[in-house]
Formats: sequence, C-alpha cells, structure tokens
Amino acid sequence: MRRLKAGSAGIAVAALALTLAACGSDGGDSDSNNDSEADSGSTELSAELTWWDTSDPDNEAPAYDELIAKFNEEYPDITIDHQIVPFDQTQNKFKTAAEADSGAPDILRAEVAWTPEFASLGYLYALDGTAALENNFLETPLSSNEFDGKTYGVPQVTDTLGLMYNKELFEKAGLDPEAPPTTWDEVREAAAALKSEAGVDGIYLNSGGYFLLPFMYGEGADIVDTESQTITVNSPEAVTGIETAQSLVEDGSAVKPTANDPYGTMMTLFKEQKVGMIINGPWEVAGISDDPKFGGIENLGVAPVPAGGAGQGAPVGGHNYVVYSGMDDQKAEAAAAFIAFMSSAESEAFIADELGLLPGNADSYDMVSNERVALWADAMEVAQPRPWIPEGGQFFAALDTMATEVLIQDKPVQGALDKAADTYKSDVVPDYSLQ
Amino acid sequence: MRKSFDRHWYAWAMVLPTVIVLGVLVFYPLVQGVWQSFTNLNESNQREEICTKVLGGAETCEPNPDGARFVGLENYVDVLTGQQGHFWLQLSNTLVWTIACVVLHYGIGLTLAVMLNRNFRGRGFYRVALILPWAVPSFVAAFAWRFIFDERFGIINGVLRAVGLDPVAWFEQRWTSLFTAIVANVWLGVPFMMVALLGGLQSINGDLYEAAEMDGATPWQRFVNITLPGLRPVSSTVILLGTIWTFNMFPIIYFVTRGQPAGSTEILVTGAYRAAFEGIRDYSLAATYGVLILSILVVYASVYKRMLAKQGEVF
Repeated sequence: MRRLKAGSAGIAVAALALTLAACGSDGGDSDSNNDSEADSGSTELSAELTWWDTSDPDNEAPAYDELIAKFNEEYPDITIDHQIVPFDQTQNKFKTAAEADSGAPDILRAEVAWTPEFASLGYLYALDGTAALENNFLETPLSSNEFDGKTYGVPQVTDTLGLMYNKELFEKAGLDPEAPPTTWDEVREAAAALKSEAGVDGIYLNSGGYFLLPFMYGEGADIVDTESQTITVNSPEAVTGIETAQSLVEDGSAVKPTANDPYGTMMTLFKEQKVGMIINGPWEVAGISDDPKFGGIENLGVAPVPAGGAGQGAPVGGHNYVVYSGMDDQKAEAAAAFIAFMSSAESEAFIADELGLLPGNADSYDMVSNERVALWADAMEVAQPRPWIPEGGQFFAALDTMATEVLIQDKPVQGALDKAADTYKSDVVPDYSLQ
Repeated sequence: MRKSFDRHWYAWAMVLPTVIVLGVLVFYPLVQGVWQSFTNLNESNQREEICTKVLGGAETCEPNPDGARFVGLENYVDVLTGQQGHFWLQLSNTLVWTIACVVLHYGIGLTLAVMLNRNFRGRGFYRVALILPWAVPSFVAAFAWRFIFDERFGIINGVLRAVGLDPVAWFEQRWTSLFTAIVANVWLGVPFMMVALLGGLQSINGDLYEAAEMDGATPWQRFVNITLPGLRPVSSTVILLGTIWTFNMFPIIYFVTRGQPAGSTEILVTGAYRAAFEGIRDYSLAATYGVLILSILVVYASVYKRMLAKQGEVF
C-alpha cells in the first residue's frame, strides 16, 4: 500500500505513557525516543471521563467501544463514559455547554472546521507536550488542529472528496472501468457515453459549496488567502472553475440538482444506478456498498477528483479528538492518555479495518487491510488543507447559496461569487480585504 | 397610597410573586435583548479574556483583543440598509406568507365550520377527521409536505407525470417554493380556525335565523347579516392570534423549503435563527432581528385594536 506523506509531528519528550505511542510506530520516521520508564505512569492515572462521539451509533460506535475496552486493559482506573451525540447538533451543544461551564464533555470528537473555532473561543486544552502529539500524523489533517502556534487536537479520521463511479455502468457505456476520467473534459466525454450507451445520467454534482471546491482548487483558486488576509473566492481562477461546473449542468453532462435535498437525491440516484458518477467522500462507501441495488463494493470505483487547468485538488475533511479546557489537570492527563491511545497507529488501523474510515495517523496505513481504505489512497494524495481559521466553518453558507444560484438557477458565476465575497467581508472575515 | 397599602397589604403580597415571575421571565430577557441589539456582542467577543490551558498547570490568559462594546444604532443601520442579512427580502416574504396563510386559514376554516354546523349523518366523524392535522406536530407535517412536493420522488410530481404534464421543480424558484410552505401551513392551521369559528357559530341564537327566514331573507343574506356579525368577536381574536402565530411560524419554512432556493424563501424568524445559531453565534444581530420583529407586531396589534375599537368592539 502506498505510503502517504507523513508530517513530522514529533514533539519534545513527555513523561507519560510512551508505550502507547511506541507500540504503533515501528516504521515511523519521526518517533520520539521510547523511554522504558513509561510503564510506571500508566496504571497510576485514574479519572472518569466523558467522551462525546458523533459517529454513527449502529455502524461505528461498537468498534470504538471495543477500543475503549482495550484501553481499559492498560488503564483500569480510567472510566470512559462513551456518549453518542448527533453530529449536526454537537457543535451547538458543545458551545452552549462550554460557555455555561457546565455539562461539557471532557473529550469531544470535533469536525476539522470546529477545532480552530473552539480553540479561538478558549474552549480547548492545548495538547503540546503530551503523549497524544507523539503519534505520527498526516500533515494535512493535523494542520486543522493548530491555532495560534499551539496544537489543540489530533486527527481521528481524515477524508476528502473523490470521483466515485459505477464500474458496471462504465462497462455498459464502453468505458474502461480501470481508467476513470482524470479531467473535467474527460468527465464530459464519459457522461456522453453513459447517456447514449448505458442510458443513464453522467454525473450528479451536489449543489453544496464544499462539493464545488474541487472545481476551484483545480484552477489554483481558494476561498481566502490567510497569508495576505485576502478574500479570493471571486478571483478569475475561481470563476473559471465554477464556470466549468455550471457548463457541465448546462450541456447535460451533469444532472441538474434539486434545490431541496440535493445531497439525498444524489445518493439515491447513485445507489439505484441511475447516474454513473458522483463527487463524494469515504463516509458514503459503506452506505453505497451495503445497498442491495448497487451491486457491492466491487462495483464501486474511486478516483481522485478530476483536474482543472491547474491540476487536481480536493478539500480535506474528517474529525479530531479534542479536550475541553474546563477540567482539572489530573483529568486532563488521563484525557491525553486516552487520546494518545485512540489515535495510535494500531487503534486507527483497527478502526480503518472495521469501518473503512481513513486513518489520520500516517503509520496506520501499513497495517490496514480493508479494501475500502485502499480505494482512497490515490484520492487522498490530492487532498489539500482548507483555511484553518476560526471562521472556517462559516464560509459554507454563502458558498451553498452560490452553488444553488449557479447550478440550479443558472445565474452568472461572476455575480454569484462576488456576492459570496461581499458576504464574507460583511459577516465572516471583516478584517480581510476584497480583491 | 400609604393608607391603601396598610389596608390592602395582603393584596400586594399576593400580587408580588406574579410580578417577580414576570420580571424574571419576561422583562429581564426583553430588556437584555434590547440592550444586546445596541452592542456588537457575539460568541467570540463576549469574554473579557481568553484563557488557554496547557497540561502541567500552565494557563495563559490574554485579554480579548476585540471585546464586545456598545455600537449604538449600527446594527439597525446595517440590517435596514441590507449590509448584513437580507431584511427586506425576508420582510416581504414574511408579509406574503402571513397574509396568504391567514386569509386561507380564515376562509377555509369558516367554510368548513358553516358546513359542519348543520345536521348531517357522520358529523362527528368529519369533525374528528378535520381536526386531525392539528394533532400532528408541525415539524412532522413539515417533513411530510416536503416529501410530497419533492421534485423527483414526490407524489404531486408523480401525479403530474401520470396525467402527462411536466413535473414542476417546486423549490427552484422563490414563489413556487414559498407556495409549498403556504400549502403545508394552511393544512396545519385550518383546524384551529374551524373549531374556533364552529364554537362561535353555535353561540349565535337560532331564533335570529328563524326570524330572518320569516322575513324572507335568502341564505346569503342570512349569512352576511346574522352569521358574520355574530362571529365578529371570535373572528377578531382568532385573526389577531393567527397573524402573530403565522408571522413567527418557524418550523414550516425551516423544514419545508429550508429557505431554498438560495435563501430566497427565508422569513424574518428563520433569518434571526440563522444569525443566532449558525457559525460563530451573532447575538447582537439576532437581538436586532428580534427587536424589529417585536416592533412590527406591536405596531400591527395596536393598529388592529384601534380599528376594532372604531367599529365599536371591546377587546
């Protein structure tokens, strides 16, 4: 299996629980020294910790429970209260609880864009110098945890967008299922073949801002430039990228998305084999391959997002482990030990094998045998970091509006992007300058 | 005053708990909300200092570089000039939405009430059947209606296709999208109007109809000259209530159209919600919205009351 580029997350030696970091890092390139005194620290820690987990209660949570049981073999005195909370409510729930200083969990699984936001509000413990940071994490997912020179979390899982396609339909259309389109022009050609030969729609583009980022990245554009503090969402490159998306809908290569629930419609059509290609992420692989109408994992192809004029690029997503700042030090040490264990190469490889999610720990990839993970190796190569600023999560409301306007209402791209830029200036990042 | 207090101290004592409860639950939040609308308070600037804890006991606190402050009328200027949010679009949606819903609620409710007020077989069954929508929680109804109008899988477009017509992309345009929400809300709100008006109808003295019939009044004349005036006390109350409820009706818009397409069917309360709870919460903007909504409704209610007073109605 291809090795992903590993970042050097090695930090100064910490006094506790190095066994954990060490056990999963036989091939790592930036390991800290593996002191043997670590064993002594492990059993002394005792605490009761609450973990808010946003993973799926039926499919995903049991695997995490197994990991917790393994953790307790090493730390019998640390009790983990594993609570499942619905993903779409967690951000608000956590902020409300943290603000009120009551009811917040000790550990939280936070979406990547939440991490800098929570950190900027003072709700998170900085993990610098703890065992948790000694694991060898992938650079791009780890970058979402850094805010103002400190690191506030570690990657749990990572993901990105890729071109997902139906191999059977490709064969029916006379296309090579092992050579999926690599540019948007090739997508257009494939869509034409799918339409005429296989009698299905070519591609379904979800009209959400996040799902149009590959079009912008493909032309070398981004939402904002954090270095120069400039809003770049309406740059000429971005316009070119979004125009490509619009033209795919206009010439019929892409299905015109429905305004209400475009994502759900996309998934239904893809699972029912009524559309040949979609742009989506690894979190849907299980759902697609388990659907009896689709034809199993063998029928699913995954490729990196197609390239625009400047190459390929897809946004990185995923989840981090973060620690709530409102707890005492003793508990925090236990929390750090827990996170270190959960994000170790072995633990993340275990999760990847069980659930098909992509590890954030670089060393895990050598241990994983799940084919669903292997599917995404190439797609992950072109994943790039999003602007990790506290306002990072707020970019998408305006982008969603833009996506609806250009893909569904067929409005001019420049105007729609200018409007998004104005919204950023007035509501999201007032300190940034417009282009 | 002094004497009155000596004599009626127990009355004051009994009123006191109510005053305290009202003060805590109504006036304090109200005053605070109004105050917040004059500041730039949001989630990131509400604390005076931001502290970061590091393992090992280190805690560094820095003063918040950009703490909340008093900004006067800035929020109102921003909102009313369209610098922030989409106030005028949302206000026009709110007006269309409220007027359409209340007119249809009242019209359909009255028709059904008049029909159900007569004697016919199975009257009890129809009354129960027609009140049913009211028993459904509004968000459940909203999900059901959203699915009924779904562009690809919905029943309505299925029927249109079956009879050879083109399916309608309901949520693609502002007015068709708003129409779906109005239909859902009318379905939900008619039972209340019907029941209220049915009660009103039954309080009208039957002798009046008999007398009118003797005088040779047509059914229409009886309706206009007896039924409508007889219903006026009930009508004026339910219309006022219905208007305020519909104006602030959150779940239907939020769950049926979701503001689609591109936010153009958002009404004021859903706009306020998005300001308050999406992204880094903007308390001051949401408070500004709240004060504006309250002001509109207060003005409306007082004008409405004055109009009724002119017609000799005591309210």
